[in-house]
Amino acid sequence: MSQSVISNHLETAPHPETLRRVAIEPISRVEGHGKVTLLLDEDDHVQQVRLHIVEFRGFEKFIQGRPYWEIPVMVQRLCGICPVSHHLAASKALDQIVGAHTVTPTADKLRRLMHYGQILQSHALHFFHLSSPDLLFGFGSEMAQRNIVGVAAAYPEVARQGILLRKYGQEVIRHTAGKRVHGTGSVPGGVNKNLSLAERDELLKDIYQMIGWARGAVHLTRHLFEQNLAEYNAFGRFKAHTLSLIRADGAMDLYHGGLRARDMDGKTIFDHVNYDHYWEQISEEVKSWSYMKFPFLKALGPETGWYRVGPLARVAQCDFIPTPLADKERQEFIAYDAGNPAGATLGYHWARMIEMLHAAEAIKELLHDDDLQGTDLVVQGERQERGVGMIEAPRGTLIHHYRVDENDQVIRANLIVSTTHNNQAMNEAVRQVALQYLDGRKLTEGLLNHIEVAVRAFDPCLSCATHALGKMPLQVELLDAEGNQIDQITRGSCDRPTSNC
Amino acid sequence: MPPEPILIIGIGNPSRGDDALGPMLIEQLEALNLPGVELLTDFQLQVEFALDLQGRKQVIVVDASLDAVPPFAFTPVTAEQDSSYSSHAMSPSAVLHAYQQLYGPPPPAFVLAIRGSAFELGEGLSEAASTNLASALGWLCNRLMETWSKSGADQSDFGGGRHHHRCRE
Repeated sequence: MSQSVISNHLETAPHPETLRRVAIEPISRVEGHGKVTLLLDEDDHVQQVRLHIVEFRGFEKFIQGRPYWEIPVMVQRLCGICPVSHHLAASKALDQIVGAHTVTPTADKLRRLMHYGQILQSHALHFFHLSSPDLLFGFGSEMAQRNIVGVAAAYPEVARQGILLRKYGQEVIRHTAGKRVHGTGSVPGGVNKNLSLAERDELLKDIYQMIGWARGAVHLTRHLFEQNLAEYNAFGRFKAHTLSLIRADGAMDLYHGGLRARDMDGKTIFDHVNYDHYWEQISEEVKSWSYMKFPFLKALGPETGWYRVGPLARVAQCDFIPTPLADKERQEFIAYDAGNPAGATLGYHWARMIEMLHAAEAIKELLHDDDLQGTDLVVQGERQERGVGMIEAPRGTLIHHYRVDENDQVIRANLIVSTTHNNQAMNEAVRQVALQYLDGRKLTEGLLNHIEVAVRAFDPCLSCATHALGKMPLQVELLDAEGNQIDQITRGSCDRPTSNC
Repeated sequence: MPPEPILIIGIGNPSRGDDALGPMLIEQLEALNLPGVELLTDFQLQVEFALDLQGRKQVIVVDASLDAVPPFAFTPVTAEQDSSYSSHAMSPSAVLHAYQQLYGPPPPAFVLAIRGSAFELGEGLSEAASTNLASALGWLCNRLMETWSKSGADQSDFGGGRHHHRCRE
């Protein structure tokens, strides 16, 4: 399948002052949000498209000055969507600070179990509740149907399985982190508890059912591709380099590994690079029109060095998945339709479900490992000043980098979250969708939902990136060249400015 | 057979200023160790909370609010479809609606919206929010006792005068 070339020409229009501006703006409760702006000429042809995400720059202030041992708990409060990923990435960075270059088998496996619980629950929520309404009913379908309630009515078993998969993942987190939220399970140098036999048995009770449902979800995403092959392959398609952690033997490893980057043709750019010096491989560019930075591979430069991270990148560039059912699905995914879904924006959904199956299988394997009941929980070594922790969070590569002074206080912190890595890739997807679906047409809610479908495929976490609460409802204003409002469409507004809406 | 408990869910981020109102109210209720009451906290509601509503006499969601008339507002909430499905955080109405689709009519549910004003990361509770929290806690304690009295539970089962006194502090 032909793929769209990089569409940087749509980043900045030559004469924006002559164009109509359309802003697609999520409504956020506090500060920070993302929006899409389109500039259209008089014939409604798209001339410029930008996805703006207002990156929150308060991480450092929040963390700096704190004693390092508080950090794994504190960073969970940066984001209510993936607190476990921050908990573990911070712990890995602080392992280096306390000189724990290798944690004990019990600590390593308990953290992995926690991480796979997070992957399972996050991927289940994303597919069953955030994306399946669009995928099952169609991107431009009746809005009243296009929600989880519509799914529950038309596909009750799918909705039920989604809720129970999510719940199971959270139970794994509760047993490994010690609490349902704000857990303390992982600490610098290891963990502060093991998994009791009673906890293990409770989780074992349902794991085979979870594996079966996760496998069914992979088949559902495949079926959706089969039913809509041409559209799914082409929707928001663009070519991109890929980046992820990889195990030493080339296996997918979502918890630890070296950095692998491949170019848009699948050729290796670098492989098995120690992430302790990630800044030698990755840099960030600032663009005047966006608050969020644009990471790129230094070897290629900012113009062409951007990449995508997350499930699609990980499944596409690993050599194998180290659990049998997920690896079988990976092989079929890579081979299907000459590999086209593995380069499609909507391929994220299929890849995400393969990872969910892998997480369920990995949980099963770990639950049968006696090391989880070990009592050797923490190690320490020679104290260091600097620590870098990297993990493959549900949405992609997550970097935590700290410097700690002789008084044990954090004096510098740098976090690059998954959504930031995908900044340029999401912009590309939105530009392609704008060209494919909006160009030259009168805007409707259904058409604008295509933009949201493209962004949602990446599962961006606006809570991390902007510390808003992850909402993606849309407010669309159509303005003329002078900025006067001609029309507007609002949906998904929340009339309660509280964190539960 | 023990009576069905009342579930109270505190929503918010403890490190984001007045967003901590929900979790802090739960923390203070925990200290009272009230019988017949179950407590949960989280950053936000999501669909799996529908599972937590099963077998509950009542559900009360406690959250910070920017538009509640100070010190707090207590309002019933019904199952309604809205578009919060598209976010990482669902409204109480949408969670009730998900429950209804799965299990039928949900238990009676209410939102206790405590007025807050500042939500900066790393900030503590504002002075006004602290006052509002105290008012909301006292009122909620009394309401819980009244609810149990009406249901025929012995006051002594509810902790007797000690909790009653502490609730009124």
